[in-house]
Order: sequence, then structure tokens, then C-alpha cells
Amino acid sequence: MKTDNKTSLFQKDQIIESIKQSFIKLNPRIMIKNPIMFTVEVSTFIMLLVTLNSVVSSSQGSFIYNLLIFVTLFLTLLLANFAEAIAEARGKAQADSLRKTREETPAKLIVDGKVKNVSSSQLKKGDLFECEAGDVIPADGEIIEGLASIDESAITGESAPVIREAGGDKSSVTGGTKVLSDHIKVVVTTQPGESFLDKMISLVEGASRQKTPNEIALTILLAVFTLIFLVVCITLKPMADYTNTNITIAAFISLFVCLIPTTIGGLLSAIGIAGMDRALRANVITKSGKAVETAGDVDTLLLDKTGTITIGNRKATDFYPIDGLDKRSFIEACMLSSVSDETPEGKSIIELGRGQGIRMRTLNTEGAHMIMFTAETKCSGINLKDGTQIRKGAFDAIRNIAKEAGNEFPNEIEGIIQRITSNGGTPLVVCINKKIAGVIELQDIIKPGIEERFERLRKMGVKTVMVTGDNPLTAKYIAEKAGVDDFIAEAKPEDKMNYIKKEQAAGKLVAMMGDGTNDAPALAQANVGVAMNSGTQAAKEAGNMVDLDNDPTKLIEIVEIGKQLLMTRGTLTTFSIANDVAKYFAIIPALFMLSVPQLSALNIMRLHSPESAILSAIIFNAIIIPILIPLALKGVAYKPIGASALLRRNLLIYGIGGLIAPFIGIKLIDLFVGLFF
Amino acid sequence: MTCSPSKTEDMNTEILGIIAQIVLMVVLSYPLGKYIAKVYKGNKVWSDFMKPIERTIFRLSGINPNEEMNWKQFLRALLVVNLFWFFWGFVLLGVQGYLPLNPDGNIGQTAHQAFNTCISFIANCNEQHYSGESNLTYFTQLFVIMLLQFITAATGMAAMAGIMKALGEKSTKTIGNFWNYLVLSCTRILLPLSLIVGFIVITQGIPMGFEGKIEIKTLEGSTQNVSQGPVAAIVPIKQLGTCGGGYFGANSSHPLENPTYLTNMVECLSILLVPMAMVFAFGFYVNRKKFGYSIFCVMLAAFLIGVFINVSQEMGGNPRIDAMGIAQDNGSMEGKEIRLGAAATGLWSIATTATSNGSVNGMHDSTMPLSGMMEMLNMQINTWFGGIGVGWMNYFTFIIIAVFISGLMVGRTPEFMCHKVETKEMKIASIVALLHSFFILVGTALAAYLYVHAPSFVENEGRWINNPGFHGLSEILYEFTSCAANNGSGFEGLRDNTWFWNFSCSIIIIFSRFIPIVGQVAIAGLLAQKKYIPESTGTLRTDTATFGIMTFAVILIVAALSFFPALALSTLAEHFSL
Repeated sequence: MKTDNKTSLFQKDQIIESIKQSFIKLNPRIMIKNPIMFTVEVSTFIMLLVTLNSVVSSSQGSFIYNLLIFVTLFLTLLLANFAEAIAEARGKAQADSLRKTREETPAKLIVDGKVKNVSSSQLKKGDLFECEAGDVIPADGEIIEGLASIDESAITGESAPVIREAGGDKSSVTGGTKVLSDHIKVVVTTQPGESFLDKMISLVEGASRQKTPNEIALTILLAVFTLIFLVVCITLKPMADYTNTNITIAAFISLFVCLIPTTIGGLLSAIGIAGMDRALRANVITKSGKAVETAGDVDTLLLDKTGTITIGNRKATDFYPIDGLDKRSFIEACMLSSVSDETPEGKSIIELGRGQGIRMRTLNTEGAHMIMFTAETKCSGINLKDGTQIRKGAFDAIRNIAKEAGNEFPNEIEGIIQRITSNGGTPLVVCINKKIAGVIELQDIIKPGIEERFERLRKMGVKTVMVTGDNPLTAKYIAEKAGVDDFIAEAKPEDKMNYIKKEQAAGKLVAMMGDGTNDAPALAQANVGVAMNSGTQAAKEAGNMVDLDNDPTKLIEIVEIGKQLLMTRGTLTTFSIANDVAKYFAIIPALFMLSVPQLSALNIMRLHSPESAILSAIIFNAIIIPILIPLALKGVAYKPIGASALLRRNLLIYGIGGLIAPFIGIKLIDLFVGLFF
Repeated sequence: MTCSPSKTEDMNTEILGIIAQIVLMVVLSYPLGKYIAKVYKGNKVWSDFMKPIERTIFRLSGINPNEEMNWKQFLRALLVVNLFWFFWGFVLLGVQGYLPLNPDGNIGQTAHQAFNTCISFIANCNEQHYSGESNLTYFTQLFVIMLLQFITAATGMAAMAGIMKALGEKSTKTIGNFWNYLVLSCTRILLPLSLIVGFIVITQGIPMGFEGKIEIKTLEGSTQNVSQGPVAAIVPIKQLGTCGGGYFGANSSHPLENPTYLTNMVECLSILLVPMAMVFAFGFYVNRKKFGYSIFCVMLAAFLIGVFINVSQEMGGNPRIDAMGIAQDNGSMEGKEIRLGAAATGLWSIATTATSNGSVNGMHDSTMPLSGMMEMLNMQINTWFGGIGVGWMNYFTFIIIAVFISGLMVGRTPEFMCHKVETKEMKIASIVALLHSFFILVGTALAAYLYVHAPSFVENEGRWINNPGFHGLSEILYEFTSCAANNGSGFEGLRDNTWFWNFSCSIIIIFSRFIPIVGQVAIAGLLAQKKYIPESTGTLRTDTATFGIMTFAVILIVAALSFFPALALSTLAEHFSL
């Protein structure tokens, strides 16, 4: 039930809810959190009083004129609230669709060894429950007994089932997912309503959203701008009196509201919520808005080779029999050794053999005994009925087998191995009856398009580091081929940790992705740690984001989402402040034109009348907010063209654009308003 | 009106004169900037022969010049030494009548006047509500006025040196030693330059001696008492240290303070020399020459715009006089000196307001309305080269704001010179930027309010304004602008030696001087303490033309636009009424 990423920006029910919220948010106690819009609210209230007063007295301008100004200001408030509300509604809709999967489900609680049927909401941390094929897992937990294949499509959208088993890195299960086969016992790891996902979902909804440090700094800057313009407007009164200029309250309030950065002020929190929402749409849940911002600053990206840079696992690409052995029988032996080998490498050997024209049917495996791979022997294989032993495995493991039996390790084979390794491949040596028979070449397949993505990252100023268990030679080959900047070969978990610490000591911000328990310390150490949803609870707790898709390339997207978030803030601030120039030229002449006719020279837009000029300016000020809502929600497009070029581009679009747009907008509105005033 | 050939020729000479001055300023400030950076870095320089003198100063005052200070200790030293010299000046001015070097027998200043004088001089503002000829003695001219001009200029330079030290290092808790920077600024930079300028102006006839007034017979046959004294000692530092407090009441329009076109050139050049050099010095000190150049270019461009407007306004003359059919071949000459001309006065009016110098060679009150507006705008922005040291520091405040907005625009948490700009720095930078507009606008509004609503109070104060109407508002606005910018020049039509003006100006002068210095040093200190972040291709570069334009735009919108309504009602209204 993966949510559709292409849902339109505005949906009917969301809009209705947001309109309702726009009014609720008028409550001054909520409003004061946004100092800029709060001053607008106070101004609106003053305008209300002025409007009511103008029913009986016309010293402050006509009733209709005051009323129009009041209505426009009120609309400005509602539109700003609407922007925030619609961002929240979209986040909430996304969260609801996640949560729907987690509603009341029956749970099989185990109490004193007996199974008791309860509701999932009654499960507490530490409780034990069991699940069988067809059951929906009622709560987050860890498998303590058994193995099961689980359909996690409810949260990841990935239809292929995954295997979860007790012990190790794949023991955690998520509430709402469905058991497809087998039987597991699970211990609950969270309190009801406080599961990891629950906590994160509430963040996205904005309920417990806190302002990020960057947002606070920007709010301070905007608040100071507001203060400056408050001073400008208040001090203008005595100066106007000195020159015998009468300025109405409506004009003062309009000047003030137009000058303060209402555009960015009204959209600021919507931008923040939308940033987290965009992450969620990419199926990444972030623990805080700060994590998304930090992602935009990342300097170094640690990426696992497998799954990120290369497709899944290695694939067999060639067979090299020893001199004197017929290639066909060597391939048969290889295939026999892999008949019941479930590893991707094993499967790829069968596949390659078939491709070379050998049919599975011709292989006689009756009465054969399979030898599974273990960490100790480092090899796997088959014992046939006739006593033939076939083994395949790492080169030193097979060499030991041969040497123990007194057989030599031919130089020829060493040569083949050398050649394969230097090409970035992995050799798999095969022996028949403890005699070396040949080598299978396994190769990593680099994901198509990954080079371009790394190039993109390089232009963003992000250094990519490949982490792999391969030997340095293989690692170097793949690193060069894929275009990563650095690599860690034969990596152990502590190597990752050390690398992160080294980079951080040089002042860099590091992002990494991980899933295992042994990744947890590194995930916690990294500035941005993305845990895969399939990973252990420990990993998920340690990181500051969870990727529901378990897609290792997600890091790249997360970095862009972070950058987009900051850019959207920056560009809209620039736009908002640049607008002031035109607004000054609309309102200042309007204020003084009657008493100081000479100053109509400043009316460079040739606006129709003082009333029409002021009305046009505040109407423009109000309608620019909804016009920019889609941009605030979608984010400004990020182009990896280097910081200087990006600044130039955004300054041209949003700076110069912000300078010119209101001149055109106000003039157009004035052409219409001028018909009446 | 047709142009006679001689007029065109005169104009060309005048314009050539100002071009020569501007080119000389830029050319001379470059090597000086390089030298200043070396002095503060403690590198080997030719002036190292001064070392024994400096060592003696440190030994006598018990200071260890190598002791590193954190930004708080640095600021404490700065404020304490300024407070000390304030009391020093206050006492000496009060008792100057009993002190030596007083051939004219001038008496001590009243407490009220001495207070205003000391506040004004300790803030490097040099606003003068007194006249040097009658209210000072030669002793106080030298040991209060001249001394404070050296010390306050050096204070600004030392503060900037501390900021450069903070920004130049990867990560540091200390920003150098204030005493060391203060002494070096005097002995290595201000003193040698003053000696050179002093030598030049003495050859042109600026008096230097300790004899009293001399009586001369004028051409008309009447007698006149002409004041003189150690003028050539004060003129150089007054110009070089962006101080501006003249020896004579009429400042550099007085023939004995600025007798010839050559002295005018040297004095005008001296106004901008060190402030310009400080910008180069920054680039050299932190080893980001390109950044230094880009800041210099932005400032120079803004400065040249001002020069263009004022020179063309002043040389063009007043259209009302044209309308009367009176020829004004030399431009608008009201309040100007014939020997200097309209162009040189136009250039000076921009140089003295762009920096916080405030010396004048003609009366700003009489310049054309648009010129008056540019003079005010320069001070309202207060960072086109600006006061010695502090002008660049004001620019630094705007850079922080520009870095914050443009950092966001490239999708990164804002950084400046490898350190993150966060809430605390933003808070300080915004407050510093706000205060300047706040003081000017609130002061002007208060005066305007009293003028309209408390006429009896204003009447008791001598009615303040000579020219009511738009020009009157200009005079009020100019006075507060000049105080807040620590400039000290005035639209002299305002009768400002009254209780209200002395009091309100003193408050604004003192706050406008020290709050920004404290804030700017604090920002640098806070930044320097943070973790060093190496630059990558994703880092915003501050040394590009784009960023220069961005900073320029931020300055225009934050600083200049907030004065638009006030300027519209004063100078612009006057201009459009012509």
C-alpha cells in the first residue's frame, strides 16, 4: 500500500481541513510563536477598530476603504495559516496512511507458556507473543525464536517478502507487517503508541515539531527586520506632523504590513514541515527536522558497496578449468556443487552454466549429500553417491584442503586468480576429490547510472566513500569504475567508526547508512545516520533517520532534500525582502502626495490614486503568499552546479525576480482597483 | 546658457583634480594595507626601530604585550582605557585656564560643555559644540583633542585587528592583545603618517607654534585678531584618524587649516587613506586577498556613486539661481571656498561622510538637496570604508547577514570563513544593524515631535531651526545621523548648543560607538571558538562578485531603505521643490 508519490499538491479533503485550521490558528496564543505574523494580527485588530470607528466618523478615510484594508489583512493572516495547515495536512495524510496499517490487530500473547488472544493495544514492552503464517504482527519487536518470511509491503511498498530470524541482524519485526510462512516468537520492544514509528509519525504531523536552530536564527533575523520597519513606521508619524502631512492609520498599517517580511514569515513553518514531508514521501522517516537540515550540509558519504554501488551480490561470469580438464565436465562439477546453494553466488553459477548449454536434468544428484557453507570451512559443495567430493570456496580454504591431502596447488591457477583479482573480480576455486579443478570468476555488477549520481554528489561538494569487505585490489578496481572518491577495503565495523571520527576531526559532517547491530555505534557517531527499516532495533535507535525501503541509494536523495529545505528558506527570504523596494515606491508617494505634491515624482509606477496604491500594495502582499505555497511545499529545485553558480542563479531568479515582480503585480492590481478608488 | 571656453576649461581642471585625488587614494592605500597587515601579524617591517619606544611604554604601564586575550578580556581592556581617557579629558578641559600654553587666556569649559566634548571625542565622533579658538587652550588642543584623536583612531584599529586575528585562525579562543594592537596602531601607522602629512601642510603655510593671537591690519584698514597655534600638529591626525574635529571652528574651510588646493588634496586624501588601507589589510592578514579586493570594490563603487552625484550636483549649481538669470559658472558656491571650488568640495563632502571623519571644507547645510541626501545616506549606511577600523567592522556585520541569507540559498547551513553562523551571531548582528536606524529615526522623531507639540520648550531652547520646512527636517535628521555614525559634521543651520541637543546627541554618540564595537568583536570571538569546517565545492564563496553584490543589496535594503520615508520628507521633498 505504498502511497502514491505523485498525488497532486492539493486534495479536496485536505483543503477543507486546512481552511478550518486557518481559523483555529488565529488564536493569538498560537500566533505568537510566529512573531512576524503576530504583528500582522495585531495590525489587523487595530484596522478592525478603525473600520468600526469609520462608520461614525470619516476622519480616517471612508468606511469601504478601511473595510477593504481590514479584509485584505485578515486574508493575509488566513493565507499564511493556510500554508502551514496544508503542509501539516499533507504530512498527516502521509502519516495516517502509515498508521492505518497499525490499527487494532489481534495478538497472541504468551502468558506462562499459554497463548491468550488480546488486542494489540494491550501489549506492553517486554510481553511475548507469537505469530503464524497469515498473522499481522501486532507490535514492534524482536524475534527470539524461529524464522519467518514476512511481507513488509505495508510500510515499504516492496512486494518481495523478506526473511526474519532470531538472533543476528535480521531479528526485528515491525508492527503492521504480515507473516507469510513459518512461526515466530517475538518479544515486544515498545510501549503501545510509543513505538518507533509512532514517535516519528507524530513528528511529521507537526504536533511535536520543534524549530530547528537554523529556523530560529532565521526567525530572529526576520523579527529584527520587522522591528526596523516598526520603528520606521512609528517614527514617521512625528516627521509627517512636522511637515503638516496627515497620514491615516490605515496607511500606516498598510506600510508596516507591506514592509515586514510577511511572505517568508507566513511560509516559514510550512517550508519546514514540507521538508520532513518530502523525506517521508521518499519513504524516509526522520527523527527531527534538524536531521534533514544536517543532511544538506553533509561533506562525506559512507556507502556500502553491496546494494548501493553494485547490484546485490557478485555474479559468476566465467569458468576456468585447469589444463587437462574438459571445460564441460568442469562446468558440470561447478553446477553440481551449487545445486542447493541458495546464495546469490550459487544461483548465478547455475544460471551461467545453463547459459552455456548444460541442462539441470543431466546432473545426477540422487543420493548426494550437500555440504553447506560455514564460516569455519569457508567452502561449500557436494558429496555424490559415487563418493566424488566437489568443493568450491575461497582460494586459501581450497588450497588448504588440497595441501592437506598432499596435492599441489598449480602455478597456473595462481595466475588465473591474479588476473581475476586485478580485474576487480573474485575467484572461487573448485576442487574435485581434493584436487584443484579450476576457478569460477565472480564479478560485481555496478549499478547503471550510479556514476552520474556520484558525479552529481561531487558537484554538490560531497565526497563519497565506498565501504566493502573486499580486498584492497578489488575494492580499488570497483571504486575507480564506479567513480567514488575513496574506499575502505576489508572493512570491519570499527573501521567505519574510525573513518567517521577521522573525517569529523577534520571538521566534516558524515552521513552513513547501516542495518546491523554492529553498525549502531557508527550510526550514532555519524552526523546523519540512516538505519534501514529491516535493520535491528539497536541500529534504528542509533540513527536519526529510518529508511522504510531499505534502499541504500536513499542517502543521495536525503542530501538533496536537506539542501532543498535550506534553499527554499533562503530564496523565499530573498524574494520577500526584495519585494520591499517596489512596495516602498508604491506606498511612500501615496502617503505624501496630497500634502507634498512635489513627491508625486516618486510615484514611478504612476499608480492611480493614493488609496488605490495602498490597496494594491497590500493586496499584492496577500496574494503572493498562496502563489508561493506550491513552491514552499515542493521546494526549490536543487541543481548541483557548485555554490557560486547556484547563488548566482537563485539571486537572479528570486532576488531580481523579487525586485521586479511586485512592480508588475502592483501595477496590474492598481489598474483594476483604480476603477473604484 | 552657453558655456564659455574658460568655463569648460575650469571644469575640466576641477574634475581632473578630483580624479587625481581618488586615484592617489587607491594607489597609496594598497601598499599601506600590506604594511598594516604585517604590523599586526608581528612580521618584520621597516618601522621596527620603534620597538624600544614601545617596550618602554609597555614596561612603564606594566603590560605584557604578548599575553593572549579572549574576546571578553579584549573588550574589557578596550572599554577601560576609553573610560580612563574620558575622565582625563574631562578634568583637563575643566581646569585648562590654570594650565600652561594658554597665551590667549581662555578659561575652562563648563562641566556641561566638557562632558559633551569628551563624549564626542572619546567616541571618535568629534562633534564640536564649541569653537577651538575661544574654548580650548594650546595645552588642551594637544593633550586632550590631539591625544584623543590618536587614541580613538587606534582603538578602532585595534578592535579590527582583534577581529582579523579571530577570523584568520582555524579555531582559537584568544584574539590577540588589545594593548599591543593599540600601541602598534599609534607608533607604526598613525604617528609616521601624521608626521608625513604634517610636514607637507607646514610647507603650505599651516601655522605651528605656541604664540597667541596676532593682530593684523586688513586691506580695508581695520584691525583683526587672528588665532593661530599648533594647528599643523592636529590637522594630520584629524584627517587620518577619521576624527574630523578641527582646530578652528570652521574646520578645513578655515584658510589657516586648509590654505591651498594642495593642502586640500592632501587632507582629503588623508580622510580615506587609512580606512581604504584597512580593507586591503584584512585581505592580506587573513590571506584571502581576493575577498579583500571584492569588499574594496563594493565600497569603492558605492563611494564613486556618491562622488558622481555630489560633484555633478554642486558643479551644476542651483536651478533657482539660474531662473533668476544669474550666471553660476563655478557651480553652486554658497558655503564654499573660492580657492577650493565646487568639485573639490563635492568630493570632500562624500569622503568625509562615507568615512566617519566629519571634517568639512565647505558648509554641508548649503549643498544641494540631493548632495545633502547622499551625505546623509553615507552616514546612515556608515560602512563605505567608514570610520577607521570600525567602518570595515560595520561591513562585517552586514556580511554576516548576507552570508546567512546566501548560505541558505545554496542549500547549506551558513558558514563564514570556515565557521558556522548560528543563532547567537545572527542575534548580535541583527541588533547592531537595527540600532543604527533606531537611534537616528527615534532621535529625529523625538525632535520633530517636540517641535510640533511642545513649541514653548523649543522656544526656550532658542527655536533650534533656522530654515523651517523640509530643510529644517533635513537639519534635524542630519544631526542625529551624524551622531549615530560618529561623524561629527553638521548641517550648521541647526542651533545645537542647547540642553536638548547636547544631551540627546551625547547619548546617541556613546551608544553608537561602543555597542557595535562590542557586538562585532563578540561575533568574531564566538565564530573563532567554533569548529573549523574545511571548504568544499558546496561551500559558499564570499570572494566572488555575486556575493559582493549580495552584500551591497543587503546593505541597501537593511540600512538605506529604512530611511526612505524620512529622506522623502526632507531632502527629496526639497529637491523636487526646486
